[in-house]
Amino acid sequence: MKHLIKSVAVLLGADPKKPTSEDYTPEAKALHAEQRADKSRIESIYIELAHKAQHKTPEKWRRRRWTVLILVNLLFVVSYQLDIQMLEGALTASRFVGFHMADLNSALQVMLAYKEVLINLMIGTITVLIMWWLLGGRTFCSWVCPYHLLAEWAEMAHDYLAKKKIVKDHPFDRRVRTVFWIVFAVLAVVTGYTVFETISPTGILSRALIYGPGIALVWVVTLLLFEIFYSKRAWCRYACPIGLTYGLVGAVSPLKVTYNLSTCFHEAECKKVCEVPHVLDVVVKGRATEADLFIGADCTHCGRCVDACPTNSLNLEFKGLGQLLR
Amino acid sequence: MAKQKKTLRGKQKARRKFLRTVVLGVGVVGAALLGYIPVVSRWHKRIRPPGALKEHPFLSSCIKCGQCVQVCPVNAIELADLDEGFGIGAPYIDTRKQACDFSCDGLQCVLACPTGALTHDINYPHETDMAIARVVNERQCLAVQGKGFKGQARGPAFKGKLRYEDIDRWNPIRVSEYPYDLELCDLCVRQCPIEIRIAQCEAGKPPSGDTNQCPPQHAIKLETIASDDGIVRKRPVILDGCVGCGVCEMICPPEPAVIVMDGTESRGMVA
Repeated sequence: MKHLIKSVAVLLGADPKKPTSEDYTPEAKALHAEQRADKSRIESIYIELAHKAQHKTPEKWRRRRWTVLILVNLLFVVSYQLDIQMLEGALTASRFVGFHMADLNSALQVMLAYKEVLINLMIGTITVLIMWWLLGGRTFCSWVCPYHLLAEWAEMAHDYLAKKKIVKDHPFDRRVRTVFWIVFAVLAVVTGYTVFETISPTGILSRALIYGPGIALVWVVTLLLFEIFYSKRAWCRYACPIGLTYGLVGAVSPLKVTYNLSTCFHEAECKKVCEVPHVLDVVVKGRATEADLFIGADCTHCGRCVDACPTNSLNLEFKGLGQLLR
Repeated sequence: MAKQKKTLRGKQKARRKFLRTVVLGVGVVGAALLGYIPVVSRWHKRIRPPGALKEHPFLSSCIKCGQCVQVCPVNAIELADLDEGFGIGAPYIDTRKQACDFSCDGLQCVLACPTGALTHDINYPHETDMAIARVVNERQCLAVQGKGFKGQARGPAFKGKLRYEDIDRWNPIRVSEYPYDLELCDLCVRQCPIEIRIAQCEAGKPPSGDTNQCPPQHAIKLETIASDDGIVRKRPVILDGCVGCGVCEMICPPEPAVIVMDGTESRGMVA
């Protein structure tokens, strides 16, 4: 329960807190002490990192993820364009071989604006709720959302330009995403319109892919340029209410990235690639309160940290199923 | 001394971050709220698909997924772009380009709608209420001029489709593939889906053998105009049975069309 509260607080925008000495389990305390005593570890980190720099391993999870993301979106497109009717509709709402599916955030906005619980919509919403609860909530973001893929490319451009000292990242206060979520919920109730849908790059892109492009793509391009030149991954990190909705669902999900303190060398390679590095606060030397921990709800399960970790201390796991997913 | 400088810089940094965040917040919410303008000022007066609720509840309940677009056999339904503000992604029908001819018979768009923005309370074409046809340009009307019509109703390049039951009961074809030869132009009445259904019912052959498909009221008729020059002239008159499907507007040969759809707020299903 303590972990859940902490995880949701960080999801809502709180900074991860440094644990106090009573927070640590004896096992974690012992591991930290052992690591402090063992001076040879520092040496081995350097060897390890030098080795890694020479032998670049492919980003296994990123490949899998991009494949899934492209296939899902392609299935939407071909279902309509080739009339194979597998996955009809768009990401906001669809039918998968006849079964209703509704995006949780879009369904929420519709119900708040319309002020009526629509039975058909409920069926689709509950199906999707169960699905993303099982699959980890924000997993939707990195494995399905088409904007995420474009944002990853924008991130690459940003990192490249930042390395050349042409651009600088301007972080925002993460709590603003919670403010957005509340403001857009209130606006839906007050105006009776699905206000957020107007600027949702997820909906815009999904419809553009399926039904053809329109001027709405100008907004998506604006966001991408903003991310390249001003603030890295800004939309997904600080703005998108869809991410927060799925984050809340994923808070109690069985699918998690797990962290193993005993094997961790604290190189922080994982934090460098993470879209939401605040969830990886536990990997900082001395922060992990237990020997094995789950990464918090804001994690999108993109698996980049799993690929980046030189010592396999981070893994995608399904609680109860062990490491079948490795 | 050095330490103090550092904390000051830290404070400054935090303040800048806060201000930046406020600007971001106002910017994003402001951008979204701009979507109110096209809706309130009604930049676009759209005809919505069959079964659509009145405009405001329709836009509230529509989840902007386009499933109605996908099932329409004549591709009558399009989705709105960003210039329609809060209406982005909501379906509409450009009746002059491609009207709804009910060739699906069963209101497929209504069945496809996952939210009830297209109300599931209706089952038959004559129960819909998309708009009402209005005769706006009577002097251009071929029938009023006493003229016939020969050829393709909207020319060879027109891509709009209709279902012609004498050609294919299930597959709509292009209007350009179905040339007419009429002594007096009566295309608006001849192609009216409601009138076609009434005629089928009167002939004892209701669509799908279902008498519930029979519309209770006529939608359009040609009324003879008294004239002293010996030429037969008629004018189209819209009747209570009109559901605003737009076929008369689509098929009308003159440019601009004699009949247009009026989708004012009074139309549309009650939420």
